[in-house]
Amino acid sequence: MSVPDLTDVFRAEHGRVVATLARRLGDLDLAEDATAEALLVAVERWPVDGVPPNPGAWLTTVAGNKALDRIRREGRRDAKEAEASLMASQLVPEPAPDAGPIEDDRLRLLFTCCHPALALENRVALTLRLLGGLSVAEIAHAFLVPERTMEQRITRAKAKIRQAHIPYRVPASADLPGRVAGVLAVLYLVFNEGYLPSGMVSRTAGPDAAAPVAVKSELSAEAIRLTRVVAGLLPEAPEVLGLLALMLLTQSRSAARVVDGVLVTLDEQDRALWDAELIDEGHALVRRCLAIGRPGPYQLQAAIQAVHCDAVDVSMTDWSQIVALYDQLRVVAPGPVVDLNRAVAVAELAGASVGLDLVTPLADALDGYHAFHATRADLLRRIGRIPEALAAYDRAISLAGNPAEIAWLTRRRDSL
Amino acid sequence: MTMYMLSVHHDGTADFESKTMEELQPVFEAVDRFNSELQEAGAWVFAGGLEPIEASTTVDNTKGQALVVDGPFSESKEFLGGFWVIKADDLDAALDWAQRGSAACAGKVEVRPFQGDTESL
Repeated sequence: MSVPDLTDVFRAEHGRVVATLARRLGDLDLAEDATAEALLVAVERWPVDGVPPNPGAWLTTVAGNKALDRIRREGRRDAKEAEASLMASQLVPEPAPDAGPIEDDRLRLLFTCCHPALALENRVALTLRLLGGLSVAEIAHAFLVPERTMEQRITRAKAKIRQAHIPYRVPASADLPGRVAGVLAVLYLVFNEGYLPSGMVSRTAGPDAAAPVAVKSELSAEAIRLTRVVAGLLPEAPEVLGLLALMLLTQSRSAARVVDGVLVTLDEQDRALWDAELIDEGHALVRRCLAIGRPGPYQLQAAIQAVHCDAVDVSMTDWSQIVALYDQLRVVAPGPVVDLNRAVAVAELAGASVGLDLVTPLADALDGYHAFHATRADLLRRIGRIPEALAAYDRAISLAGNPAEIAWLTRRRDSL
Repeated sequence: MTMYMLSVHHDGTADFESKTMEELQPVFEAVDRFNSELQEAGAWVFAGGLEPIEASTTVDNTKGQALVVDGPFSESKEFLGGFWVIKADDLDAALDWAQRGSAACAGKVEVRPFQGDTESL
């Protein structure tokens, strides 16, 4: 078996193994370390013996034994309890998969990693480390921060979980909607960082930080994988399905989105490069959301992407439906960024000057946001106000962090 | 069980001293109700409100000879106004009490776990 194959298996199983051990041991650090040791054993054994039929169970057993070794070696006073807990859980069969999705260990772990008492950046780091199985070096590289910074974030977050007794469980149903929203926010942030890396951090990061890149597909892929897990565990939560649909439909255009390091906007993309399979899956999820009938911000954004993906050619885009969806989005999740995106759709329906009238009042709220200036520049360009368009492109370029976006904006400005 | 300190910090902006007793009465009553809830739930360990920061005295006996100074040890504008010490199963339970405490005392509440093994509480 080749190394990349093992990496996939490890990433897929990491969250499950850590989550199971964390529940049995009540110790996140020990669970993580023992899992790492089990992976090392697997790296030695699997290429020789072959991958076991149930790699997750194999890793959980080996990691459990490693944890027991450690507990005995350190002579911890809770050694007997931990041993008994591990023994008992190995005798008792795992609950059947249909025993209630809410009881899944990974879901507990996800709610712990995404607890609101942890800083957002620490939630992201911990989720990718423990559930995603990414190494500290990989996460540090993806977020363009030095490895020791990322190590500290993860160490601090785990210390706080231990010291403050952040519980290891799925929240009570009264708190669940708010807490699910927190989990989805982390997953969407990871996805966006993969899809359109900000590159902002690199300017302040130390010398060992990586250079900015246009797309970090491993982060988007990881976010999609984790969101699939959550969707499998909470199949009746429409916002979870909505977020998954939003990610899949956005991801479906990734091959067409950056060409030779330059961003290609939706209207100029080669739609033959879009991934039909992802679009189908995204559309099916949007339809499921519609059937549930409890719209939320992620579902509406997914529906907007679904309308875009429906158009074989940009000229066939149903802009009136997109504007209608933005109107709904403004009700459930009002904000200047939604207003900005709605104005772009309105400009397609009613003309660039109408769009510009909607964009102008947003200047105060969005002055530091590169997309505001890029949108304004494009609308000004379309109605022939070239000097103002040039100035707006300059402002957008100075604020943008992603290299592909900077290249596109520069090309646009220079063509004027 | 873990013990948590729920502390209420004043930063001078609320300006409690300029308020009349009549204005503060609803706050006192709400805090009393909250205290009763803590006691009834068995979460209560200890609580108290503190006199204004001007009433504090700092003692430094780290260098062999005790030094007594009028006032707080730091010049920070923020100071501890009062606190609860509670027992809770975990942080979620403590945060739930803190939400109610914050509403009752009309101030921000900081939640901080005590050190040490408190499982046997």
